[in-house]
Amino acid sequence: MNETTTAPPAAPTVAPRAGRDLPSSLRLGWARAGIELKMFFRERDSAIFIFAFPIILLVIFGSIFSGRFEGTGITVSQVYVAGLLGAGVMTAFQSLAIGIAVDREDGTLKRLAGTPLPRQAYFFGKAVQVLVSAAIQAAVLLAIGFTRYDLPAPADAGAWLTFAWVALLGIVGSALLGIAASSVPRSAKSASAVITMPFVILQFISGVFIPLAELPEWVVRIASFFPLKWMCQGFRSVFLGDAGASLEPAGSYELDRVALVLGAWVIGGFVLCLTTFRWKGRRDG
Amino acid sequence: MTQPAVKVRGLAKRYGDVPAVRGVDLDIHQGEVFAILGPNGAGKSTTVEILEGHRTRDAGEVTVLGVDPGHPTRAWRSRLGIVSQTANDAAELTVRETVRHFAAYYPDPRDPDEVLATVGLTEKAGSRIRALSGGQRRRVDVALGIVGRPELLFLDEPTTGFDPEARRRFWDLIGGLARDGTTIVLTTHYLDEVEALADRVAVIAKGRVVADGDLATLGGRAAAGASVGWVEDGVRRTVETDTPTRTVAELTGRFCGEIPGLTVTRPTLEDVYLSLVQEGSRA
Repeated sequence: MNETTTAPPAAPTVAPRAGRDLPSSLRLGWARAGIELKMFFRERDSAIFIFAFPIILLVIFGSIFSGRFEGTGITVSQVYVAGLLGAGVMTAFQSLAIGIAVDREDGTLKRLAGTPLPRQAYFFGKAVQVLVSAAIQAAVLLAIGFTRYDLPAPADAGAWLTFAWVALLGIVGSALLGIAASSVPRSAKSASAVITMPFVILQFISGVFIPLAELPEWVVRIASFFPLKWMCQGFRSVFLGDAGASLEPAGSYELDRVALVLGAWVIGGFVLCLTTFRWKGRRDG
Repeated sequence: MTQPAVKVRGLAKRYGDVPAVRGVDLDIHQGEVFAILGPNGAGKSTTVEILEGHRTRDAGEVTVLGVDPGHPTRAWRSRLGIVSQTANDAAELTVRETVRHFAAYYPDPRDPDEVLATVGLTEKAGSRIRALSGGQRRRVDVALGIVGRPELLFLDEPTTGFDPEARRRFWDLIGGLARDGTTIVLTTHYLDEVEALADRVAVIAKGRVVADGDLATLGGRAAAGASVGWVEDGVRRTVETDTPTRTVAELTGRFCGEIPGLTVTRPTLEDVYLSLVQEGSRA
């Protein structure tokens, strides 16, 4: 190398290479996002399933229960669109919990841990991937709702603002909860069972498929601890408007509480991530 | 003398009550190929994972490229390359996409297409990783390990699942990297691989280094007795001797020239390794 005989003992190759900086975290975050999206869409069967599932549910439920709620003019299908939007946002939880458990087992995390990739770039990539997939799901559901189920588009900017903050708080909270939950399954194989089961139960008790008014009170009380019930409630306020408020068990959409609970889940999810996240599998010690 | 690439003194690590590494010392010089040998469970993987910054240690002093791997930084990571045991990630990406993506992590990467050519994957550059054979996948691992132009490269069982021809090509590749000045730390079970590649060796058994040094002199290999064999009156004869040259000279005199079926053998690396490991395990 550039050692000279007159210089004191030096370590030319050990000194950091001068003049070349590490790539920024943000740039690498976007690079990760690109690669995550590529992998997501190329896993064609699971990508199609994720987008088709809420649509199929909407069509099935919409054709089984085609009535209206008395005295409101609101159709059952409209309630389902709002509920499925909530469930769609919360699939961020499911796909992160399973996706990271798989990354941990197939060697992705270990390989990345051996490179100069900053950790936040990995999470940024995952976050963009779930945001994009949630946005597509929501767009498809809304398009079907507007065109086939007479879902009234929110009239004023205020309602769209509510839509935006419910969706944003919901997806961030769900994503953080998903990252934390990724440490629960013992292996990638068990991950989809361990994660999906509680998620499906949560959907049933949170008013996605069955209106809250028809559920026993203690069930609703349990659901009230989790974010999904509040997301659905927020979305109903956007799309069903004042006419639908009378259908809520509380008689109103309780938007202040929606904000409170979803905000608490964002903070709680962040704390859970920091305290429970493991880069290695349980068997790796 | 330059600073060693890796310096380890008194390294120790326990898992619960089980000691995995019990006072390992190592010096790995810049630009050499250093092999770490040992039976499964002897502590060599734990040692290497501590050097890679993947695992914490309980005691001892460790520097890798002048940095304590217990506190890895991005700048330090960018100077290392790690080829771990088989991973199954990135199945849906193509070979070229994957290598290009990883190149973006480093401040001064090699050209991805050159790397693909080096590991012999140019023809597979457009294939999904899912579609590769085991040996081809392993070459992707190596490509990702070297794309950052590492000063120090860790190779963990790099040729498992290779056919003999692919192993030879891989050895040429590693030899080329070493000639370019890359320090290489190799863990493997294949002793022929060690003989083909390594400058120096450490043998770890029961969490300790039981022998280290040049390949030719490991475990007193050069000084060890040789076995001289020949054929006399149609019968195969052998003698064990510390002075094989004198024995051969005597035989030359006896046969007046060519000695039928002459062989002079020293203990192979495998013989030395097995006896070292047995002694080490008894200790």
